[in-house]
Amino acid sequence: MAKRKKNPWLNRMNDWLSDEQGALEREMEAAQEQAAAPDIEKISPAEVRWAQEEREEEARIEAAMNSWTEQKALPFARAMYNLLCVGVCLTMIVLLLYTVTTLPAFGDPNHPINNEVSARYIENGLQETGAVNIVTGMILDYRAFDTLGESSVLFTAAMVVLFLLRKDRDSAKYSQLAQSMEENPHSDTFYEPKNDIILQRTAFILVPIVMLLGVYVVLNGHLSPGGGFSGGAIMGAGLILYVSAFGFAQMRKLFTYKTYQRIVLLALLTYAMSKCYSFFTGANHIHSVIPLGTPGAILSSGLILVLNICVGFIVACTMYCFYAVFRKGEL
Amino acid sequence: MQFVQNFPFFCIMLTLVCAVVTSVLKGRQARWLTMGMITAVTAMTAAVLVYTLTTGDSYAYMMGHFPAPWGNEIRIGAVEALMMMVFCFVTLFSFIGGMVPSIREIEKTKYNIYCILVDLVFLALQALVYTNDMFTAYVFIEINTLAAAGLVMMRQKGRNLVAGVRYMIMNLVGSSLFLLGISILYTITGHLLMVNIHESVAALAATGAYKIPLTIVVALVTVGLAVKSALYPFEKWLPGAYSNATPTVAAMLSSLVSKGYIFLLIKFYVRVIGFDIICSLGVLDVLFIFGVAGMIMGSVSAVRAKTTRLMIAYSSVAQIGYIFTALGLRSEIGLVCALWHSAAHAATKSMLFVSCAEMDDACGGTHLRKHLRGAFYHSPLLALAFSLGALNLTGVPLLSVFMTKVTLTQAAIDVGGRHMGIVLGAVAISTLLNAVYFLGTAMTLFIPTKEGDEVLPPTVRKNPFTTAGLIGLMALNLAMGLLSQPFLSALAQGLARFA
Repeated sequence: MAKRKKNPWLNRMNDWLSDEQGALEREMEAAQEQAAAPDIEKISPAEVRWAQEEREEEARIEAAMNSWTEQKALPFARAMYNLLCVGVCLTMIVLLLYTVTTLPAFGDPNHPINNEVSARYIENGLQETGAVNIVTGMILDYRAFDTLGESSVLFTAAMVVLFLLRKDRDSAKYSQLAQSMEENPHSDTFYEPKNDIILQRTAFILVPIVMLLGVYVVLNGHLSPGGGFSGGAIMGAGLILYVSAFGFAQMRKLFTYKTYQRIVLLALLTYAMSKCYSFFTGANHIHSVIPLGTPGAILSSGLILVLNICVGFIVACTMYCFYAVFRKGEL
Repeated sequence: MQFVQNFPFFCIMLTLVCAVVTSVLKGRQARWLTMGMITAVTAMTAAVLVYTLTTGDSYAYMMGHFPAPWGNEIRIGAVEALMMMVFCFVTLFSFIGGMVPSIREIEKTKYNIYCILVDLVFLALQALVYTNDMFTAYVFIEINTLAAAGLVMMRQKGRNLVAGVRYMIMNLVGSSLFLLGISILYTITGHLLMVNIHESVAALAATGAYKIPLTIVVALVTVGLAVKSALYPFEKWLPGAYSNATPTVAAMLSSLVSKGYIFLLIKFYVRVIGFDIICSLGVLDVLFIFGVAGMIMGSVSAVRAKTTRLMIAYSSVAQIGYIFTALGLRSEIGLVCALWHSAAHAATKSMLFVSCAEMDDACGGTHLRKHLRGAFYHSPLLALAFSLGALNLTGVPLLSVFMTKVTLTQAAIDVGGRHMGIVLGAVAISTLLNAVYFLGTAMTLFIPTKEGDEVLPPTVRKNPFTTAGLIGLMALNLAMGLLSQPFLSALAQGLARFA
């Protein structure tokens, strides 16, 4: 053996060069030898044999027990399970299809849904809500409480996803998922193609158009087909396209977790507050001061335009947030 | 219109606004805001309760400028206000009582999301209790399902994630069946407002038209809501979700989320379809059989459960069996009994979950029954709360569940025949099993530890929040036990104005 030097790194280098074992390996080998050599002197050969026979007996019994479960019971249970699943699904399908055949025919003028409810929506919708698009008038004025609930569904889903997937300062302490992500940080984004020139050029042209289309669909929600939900989905798609082309670092200059929080807070609060006003005045039969404007003009139909913008912001941000959090664990 | 009639609407909007604002708050502020909000809602609900009880009438509240079949509306009567009052107290006290464990178990920087989900579950519960519109009910069922699944996964351990996913899948099956049901119902009646559907259904029943779709609708909605409220054969998601969650969540899931669905089901039977038509369809017989099976099987599983929390979770299956058995008796008293037991069980089960989880921590973070021995001597309040809940669910007189058993038996005797025999037998067996597991565990708490017994040091210190929450829950339970007669007669009177 070469002469030991003071520097441990040099020693290790020396060991490696001369194919010698290091201190750690020597220790490990010694520990293995110790474990491999039990104290046989105290046990008589008869005891060893009995122990051996006992182990074999146990293994035989266990094999016999398992063989029945594995060869007979498990396949039977599995087959029954599959059979039951198929049976239940088929019964449901047949039952529901049969029910559909007994329902009133689609487009029948005497259909029960052609009653005073839809008549008023169609005949008076324009005057009462000021929205040329009757559907928007229905969901954002006549039945605004349901739509407020639907926006809260999106908010709920976003909160749950953010709770489970967003990496925070000490997430690894609480969650196994965050722990595994921390151990393996390059799982997804590391292998993606970066600065793909084709994607970037395409996105450069497409993203402004997509975003403009989204804004158009949101702002014209009360005039033409569309509205907050569909326009917001388009804008969300634009954001996702942008981030796939230019990366999260670029996106973070514009849109961070804080931005997300603030936009959603502002949009939902505006929505809730304006609806508070209109529900309160409606229920107490107080005249609402919000003008309906000229139907067909962009600034018309009272609160519907504001609500559409709010819904658009919520949907766009939530879609982007889902994508970012599922993809990377942070915004 | 009087100003107090606005309060249910204020409660709903206040809860929603608080949930939204909480998304930008830090943990401590979020906690105080949520607590203040629940207190304010409780106070307003008390005012509404006093108003509805003094007028003895129910009123519809327009949500917007358009009257009901065109716009949305909520409807508040004595039954809704009474149930909501109990639910408010349960939410408030279980939130306070489980606060310290929740702070310890939930990720610090995301604590506000826990508060948001508590707010949203509370919001959905209020909307489900007050709504007069089937589609509004569906929207808030969605919020309830999502928020509750999030709450199950609050601890982010492997078991909770599995339980949360299972909870999500089973509950989505329930939601989709419900949605299918209301879309078929809309097709044959042309309405979503409950009162209008009732008129159309009465007309359809008189002419005998669309009998098959109507039966299918009732079946779909019943099965959907039964899956979501863990009626016996669909209870597989329940034990994991309840027993692993943080105590507030377990208390809220067992006493509020499932009761919201049961209340909606009762509303669907009484207000939407009409109880006479439901009785003629035979769906209640199915509920009766599964309810009785649940009463016994839930208790059997509870006897076999290894940990106390699992035992309490399985006992929920048995108690939900009681509610559905009462529904299945097809009588007015049965309905009153079902409503009463929803409230009584909510108050009791939340107290059991909170006290049991805290007691596990006081006995060294254990989950096993044997480590709880002598818990009374180091944490008397927890042991007393647990024993009160155990005695209550066993059916000791002067407490609330005793009245359930009396009313249920009375209803069964009124119905007579085979139903009477089955109910009497099931109540007897279930009470016996309840006594075995609940009194057994409660007695363990009072047996002093022997020398040589393993005593684990407590993992938490005593704190004022737990004390306040548990004292509140105990007071609620005692009050419900002592005031059971006025409560039941108010329910019976309110039921006449409920339809």
